[in-house]
Amino acid sequence: MKKIKYIAIAALGLVACEPEFDNDITDSGFYSTGTANLDNFVAIGNSLTAGFADGALYVQGQENSFPNIMASKFAQAGSTQEFSQPLTSDNLGGLLLGGVQISPNRLVLSASAPGAGDLAPVILDGTPTTEVSIPLTGTFHNMGVPGAKSFHLLSPGYGDVGGVPLGLANPYYARFASSSTATVMGDALAQNPSFFSLWIGNNDVLSFATSGGVGEDQTGNLDPATYGPNDITDPTVFAGTLDAIMSSLNGAGAQGIVCNLPDVTSIPYFTTIPFNSIPMDATTAAGTNAAYAAYNGGLLAAQGGGFITADEVAARTINFVEGNNAVVIEDESLTNLAGLGLPNIRQATADDFIVLPTLSILGTLADPADPTSVIGVGVALNDGQVLTANEASMVFAAQAQYNATLAALASAYGFDLIDMRALLEDLNVNGVAYNGGTMTSAFATGNGFSLDGVHPTARGYAYIADQMIEMINNNYGANIPRIDIGEYPGTMIN
Amino acid sequence: MKKLFSFLILVLATSSVFAGGYRVSIQGQKQLAMGHTGVAVISSAETVFFNPASMAFLEDKFNLSVGASGIFSQVKFQNTEFGWTSETDNPLGTPLNLYATYKANDWLTFGLGVYTPYGSRVEWEEDWAGSHLVNDIDLSAIFIQPSVSIKLADFFSIGGGPIYVTGGVNFNRNLSRSLTDDTGENRANVTIDASGINAWGYNVGWTLKPTDKLTIGFNYRSEITMKAEDGDADFENIPPSLGFDDTTFDSEIPLPSEVTVGLSYQITDKWLAAFDYNRTQWSAYESLNVTFNNAAGTSVNLRNYSDASTYRFGLQYAHNSKFTFRGGIYFDESPIEDGYFAPETPRGDSVGYTGGLTYNVTDKLGIDLSFLYLSFKEETNSYDYFVESNGENSSFGGTYSNSTFAPGIGVSYKF
Repeated sequence: MKKIKYIAIAALGLVACEPEFDNDITDSGFYSTGTANLDNFVAIGNSLTAGFADGALYVQGQENSFPNIMASKFAQAGSTQEFSQPLTSDNLGGLLLGGVQISPNRLVLSASAPGAGDLAPVILDGTPTTEVSIPLTGTFHNMGVPGAKSFHLLSPGYGDVGGVPLGLANPYYARFASSSTATVMGDALAQNPSFFSLWIGNNDVLSFATSGGVGEDQTGNLDPATYGPNDITDPTVFAGTLDAIMSSLNGAGAQGIVCNLPDVTSIPYFTTIPFNSIPMDATTAAGTNAAYAAYNGGLLAAQGGGFITADEVAARTINFVEGNNAVVIEDESLTNLAGLGLPNIRQATADDFIVLPTLSILGTLADPADPTSVIGVGVALNDGQVLTANEASMVFAAQAQYNATLAALASAYGFDLIDMRALLEDLNVNGVAYNGGTMTSAFATGNGFSLDGVHPTARGYAYIADQMIEMINNNYGANIPRIDIGEYPGTMIN
Repeated sequence: MKKLFSFLILVLATSSVFAGGYRVSIQGQKQLAMGHTGVAVISSAETVFFNPASMAFLEDKFNLSVGASGIFSQVKFQNTEFGWTSETDNPLGTPLNLYATYKANDWLTFGLGVYTPYGSRVEWEEDWAGSHLVNDIDLSAIFIQPSVSIKLADFFSIGGGPIYVTGGVNFNRNLSRSLTDDTGENRANVTIDASGINAWGYNVGWTLKPTDKLTIGFNYRSEITMKAEDGDADFENIPPSLGFDDTTFDSEIPLPSEVTVGLSYQITDKWLAAFDYNRTQWSAYESLNVTFNNAAGTSVNLRNYSDASTYRFGLQYAHNSKFTFRGGIYFDESPIEDGYFAPETPRGDSVGYTGGLTYNVTDKLGIDLSFLYLSFKEETNSYDYFVESNGENSSFGGTYSNSTFAPGIGVSYKF
């Protein structure tokens, strides 16, 4: 009977005998970080670094932030770091300050009824639990602060919860700033980063652009303390700020990647609504033209009076035809003819960008009782609903200078520069093919951008992380595993 | 008491033992020990499975064989490009078998077999990289086969019988590589479950003894299609907008036919050698289609298996009246083509090493011990036909490494 016992023992012994690989990827040395020191990776930036998506910062978005995805791959390649993030409290995403909600929950695509198929973005229901006045403790490797502009990273008090209601401080940073007088860069440098990612400057033009250009272009004004939230940062201020940031990182002996700034006009917030999105039949077009005949006639009179040129008359003349028509918009850069009783309006051109929030109101009646008050036809889109060609040119000019600065400084300090502008342009124009599909910038359907039209989806962030890993592999002789972006969610549905 | 304890360890041990696909080659302790040959081996009641024609050549009036094996199996997976790793935590499976024969007269013998030739039980880590193909699967089928064998001449017999199959399946996978509920945390998945699936087939063969020492056998087991109708489909963590309510499903899976030819040769009084060739008509398994009776529609999962062969060699040495020793080896071809390597049956070509012995407690009662060790080469392969929600195919692959060990024990009784 002993034999039976021996066989039982042998069986149990073989249970412990696991299958093996000739080259097991979990063996140390299979992957490597090359000459990159990734043991203390700190990510510095704004909402794009934080993992902001769908108009909010929420746990799952943070888990899928590009720095967190990268860190998980670094760990496989031998990094000893446990990457920490200032996680929010839930997956709703809204913020509370003193129990009062100060930012909305995230957006999801939802149908009017299960299986109805009519998916549209809605704000996710629920009461958020992330309380800004309850600070987190510890240090955080993800130093992405949604809403931060370049100079905010050096601004003491930007994380002072007392300044949040006054608009002087940032609620996201207030949650994890080391003190009420701390700066983002100070907290980042205190961690002695061995490697960093730096992606800052987007908001220095983006808030101007997303607000439809209601702010000011502060080029020439060197005091950011006097800037409004929707203003364009002076490029000299930007350059000085970035020089200070990169200089300090260089002084700390860190390696790192600097990201340049994508065109704001390569994101769905500005590309979803075509300038000529008003379909009309011949009868309606004739009626609309009749309604604008007085305005058009007034323009000619103004030209006759020498107030405007023939070119401006041509640009401002309203003319609807059968088919698709350009939206009627306000443009504050037009010659003010209020004295003649003429508004500053014209029809949009391909150089104007209608912002995403107008999606739900364009073509509806401003006054339900007035059938002529169709928004975009009888009622012009206002300044905040359109980034006009003139405003867009301010954005392009500042952004081009920012990118030149980023390239020059990265080169001067010996950091890598990743061309995010080209990456997102490629996503917008060609799409990114991956195992099982193609990701594009198309709003809600392209799976590259989340429902706020500005921030990537998890899949979009995974693509960014993968591109950075490819850069590290190439530039540091590293072998870090890549990312199959198809594993990461695209547009969120509920 | 110790003996009982050890036996329980073995029986409670679980998992399935595989040949290619989801065929489980453990249908008798004596024959398993000989490389699972047996179409031309006249030895015990196990022949009800291997070739019912040989029942008529069994000498004793009554033969009984009961046995079980415990299958210890593990699969590891890795993908070097993306750094994916996973491993199975397969519950131990215990294929059981019971065979009995009764010699009614010189030319007529009846038999009964209960055995489990198909099954698959694989549990990957939940939400692993291949979870859109399978999280876990438990496929089981019990064959019940009443049989009759007629000796048409002293050197030739035929035999066969109907097979009644009762089986079930429980299968869970995630709906896609990324879909979650509205929290973003919980992966959308579906479990299909059907039990009490019944079907009929048959097992026939002939046995030829041209000389005292040489036996030639032929056996054919028919294809049996297991059809699940109105099984339960449980959808979890589905965004409500998609409208995938829990529902019923219809599906079917073939248990392929198998032809075996072989011979055995009594070299000396003590030594017996056997060779079997199996051909399994796996080409019957073209696609696993699951039709859900809700908005999810029909899920088409191409398989495109091809027919596969197994070559088996076995030796038996009758040491004395108390001990008989056995050994064997077999080469098992995988039916899975490149590009169709799905992790629910993550097995490529294998070599099986077998051994065992019988200890005769009395003239009537024997204890049979067996073991099987399956050796797999590392298999780097992929499944390229997962259909994404956009209608495009995605590929999932990597390197799989298997380890399988199956000790078994049985009891034979005859008079």
